[in-house]
Amino acid sequence: MLAYLIRRLIQAALILLGVSFITFFLLFVLPADPVRQIAGRSATPETVANIRHQLGLDQPFVVQYWRYLTGLFQGDMGRSYLQKTEVATLITARLPATLLLMLGAIVAELVMGLTLGVVAAIRRGGALDQSLMITSFVAVSAPQFVVGLLLLYVFAVKLSWFPIGGYGSFSNLVLPALTLGIMGSGWYSRMMRSSMIDVLRSDYIRTARAKGLRRFRVLALHAMPNAILPIIAMIGIDIGIFMSGIVVVESVFGWPGIGQLAWQAIQRVDIPIIMGVTLVSACAIVVGNLLADLITPFIDPRIKLR
Amino acid sequence: MSLMKNILTTSALSLSLGLGSLASAQDYQPDPNAKPGGNIIVTYKDDVATLDPAIGYDWQNWSMIKSVFDGLMDYVPGTTELRPGLAESYEISEDGTTFTFKLRKGVKFHNGREMTAEDVKYSLDRVTTPATQSPGAGFFGSIKGYDAMADGSATSLEGVTVVDPYTVKIELSRPDATFLHVMALNFASVVPKEAVDEYGADFGKHPVGTGAFKLADWTIGQQLVFEKNADYWRPGVPYLDSITFEVGQEPIVALLRLQKGEVDVPGDGIPPAKFNEVMGNPDEAKQVVVGGQLHTGYITLNVEMAPFDKVEVRQAINMAINKDRIVQMINGRATPATQPLPPSMPGYTKDYAGYPFDPAKAKEMLAEAGLPDGFETELYVMNTDPNPRIAQAIQQDLAAIGVKADIKALAQANVIEAGGTPKTAPMIWSGGMAWIADFPDPSNFYGPILGCAGAVEGGWNWSWYCDKDLDAMATEADSITDPAKQDERLQKWSDVYMKVMEGAPWVPVFNENRYTMKSTRMGGADALYVDPVSIPVNYDYVYVTE
Repeated sequence: MLAYLIRRLIQAALILLGVSFITFFLLFVLPADPVRQIAGRSATPETVANIRHQLGLDQPFVVQYWRYLTGLFQGDMGRSYLQKTEVATLITARLPATLLLMLGAIVAELVMGLTLGVVAAIRRGGALDQSLMITSFVAVSAPQFVVGLLLLYVFAVKLSWFPIGGYGSFSNLVLPALTLGIMGSGWYSRMMRSSMIDVLRSDYIRTARAKGLRRFRVLALHAMPNAILPIIAMIGIDIGIFMSGIVVVESVFGWPGIGQLAWQAIQRVDIPIIMGVTLVSACAIVVGNLLADLITPFIDPRIKLR
Repeated sequence: MSLMKNILTTSALSLSLGLGSLASAQDYQPDPNAKPGGNIIVTYKDDVATLDPAIGYDWQNWSMIKSVFDGLMDYVPGTTELRPGLAESYEISEDGTTFTFKLRKGVKFHNGREMTAEDVKYSLDRVTTPATQSPGAGFFGSIKGYDAMADGSATSLEGVTVVDPYTVKIELSRPDATFLHVMALNFASVVPKEAVDEYGADFGKHPVGTGAFKLADWTIGQQLVFEKNADYWRPGVPYLDSITFEVGQEPIVALLRLQKGEVDVPGDGIPPAKFNEVMGNPDEAKQVVVGGQLHTGYITLNVEMAPFDKVEVRQAINMAINKDRIVQMINGRATPATQPLPPSMPGYTKDYAGYPFDPAKAKEMLAEAGLPDGFETELYVMNTDPNPRIAQAIQQDLAAIGVKADIKALAQANVIEAGGTPKTAPMIWSGGMAWIADFPDPSNFYGPILGCAGAVEGGWNWSWYCDKDLDAMATEADSITDPAKQDERLQKWSDVYMKVMEGAPWVPVFNENRYTMKSTRMGGADALYVDPVSIPVNYDYVYVTE
């Protein structure tokens, strides 16, 4: 187990190094000059050259990357080109909001997905099952931008149940968490449905029913815990999926997380911020996947980590 | 040295010197209905990058910085007229190369210390030092000793002298008629050394100035709060107790919140998709203030790339574009343009009608230029709405005269890159990147975007038009520093732009209007909401009525 963990951590470090290299390289070859963004229109060529030099952007790729990497190993993610603020400060200020949103989304997708999955499994083959599965298909395919605006329009503008965007209270969290979670809920409802169907077919459920236990008791205490287990491990992987969704959802709802930060930085070619957010997200994905793998043997003792 | 006393109000510059009886009638008249107090909420989509006046250079932080800092010069609110700021008065030597500014006494920074001539010198040294990385350093190029600062061989501007604590003398290496405008730029704001030293690169998040408001709170990614500077040196202003800037709000969300009464000014304006709806609703249209802005949208024709090296071809393209239709496409949010300068800019040539829309004539001219069957070319454009649609309209207009243009819709940074690379982009539609003046003076529309200085790798002269004679005319115009000869200078500038139109490196397409929406409780003259210098509004002078 320990050997497995060490091997996985080394793998993770290599993945992060690879991500940093590829991202840095892509930003380097991008036909967009960050210095132009900083210098603006009226800057003289002299000013542009000065800014390029001060930021070290007149150096070859290898030197630039090496400087970035050595900084990184000393815990220095650099300063934003445009804001001049430390990237670490900007990310730490925004990370709690993103984590809160992801937590909200996990709760939302589990509650929606598992409930729908169980209901569909019980009513397997019926009209309710069919319509639920169509709904889940729509949920999986709907673009988050559209879902977000739709929820915003109906529940915030028309019905005034929730505030229009913003951050700070539980009511602010509901709509963005739903938007982010709705796609996952589609997946979970399908997985829960098939998992439940498998479990409901199994011998121990038949035995429990045969012993005369109530249907609800069998479902709630015998079937569901076993059906949920394989799904729990998926949550780790969700973190990766969420990372791609937060950029859109945070922008629509004005949620002050790192997705919004990344989006603004991309538009302004603020490379240190783009690098920082990419690495933090990559870390989250790697850790999420690792957790998912580590949890699995506890859930299903048949699986051994080697 | 004989000095030209500039104490009395000149018609050209409209100076209010704060001397009571001498105050100019043209300075801003306090609004008798203004009531002090209250807080307003302004929203923006993007985070505020910085409030460091040496660094900040986007239209979002430009007016915010203006409210936190002051320079020696300033503008009469709602106009393009200069007035003294931290300088109480100034004198210009007859040859136009020495400016002596007398500072106001008793002006305090937000940290309580009095502002003196040393601070003025320190601030100019700071903005021109390479380590500061100021995008505006080049504006100070006419100050004596600038070159030594730029190449790092000096640590202080030779031309800036502290005469006494309330007098600062600035010597220029060449006469520069725009110098007073330069001293009104944010880059020339006066900052206290001790605060810059304390915060270092983070000064932009901890700004300390002399302005009407001070920064009370900045929660990154969420909001900034400006609080009234009770010790502000201009009497009676600001009216508002505080301003809350909420960031991260999509324009569409901001509009919805304004309609619910939760927002006072959506800083990013009315989203294009909602424009007709808002203007079509009489109640909401009343909340919108319409004004001009120092903006021109244009097509650049790269004179280094065939066939745009032929002036006849460029003139033909000018006649092929149906500007009225393009203006219609953007819901009439602009006025068709005849020349590079926008109408509200001094030096604009009123009686010039521009090239007529005449596709038949254009086709004829192409034939005369040896291109009877037209030609193929590329049109670069920024990829956000409405620019690709405008590019399609241009494409159709060109097709009508036999020119087949391929549209290259790219991200802003990539278009800028292509424009500044030699022989890359034959045509560029400037939408989304178009020139908006840094200061209200015709010279600002020439040098970087039409002059030889900008026709370099990485420059903004995307037509690569470089006419040495025109450059000489421009330099001549800018050496007329005597305010009494202002009309002569503006005439010269008008001549420069008429010559540009003859050479036709641009197709000037339209001048965008400004539409500022505000809540019903906002008070103050309409001009404050379309202030040419403070976008979206002049925070120091607006007030709330309830």
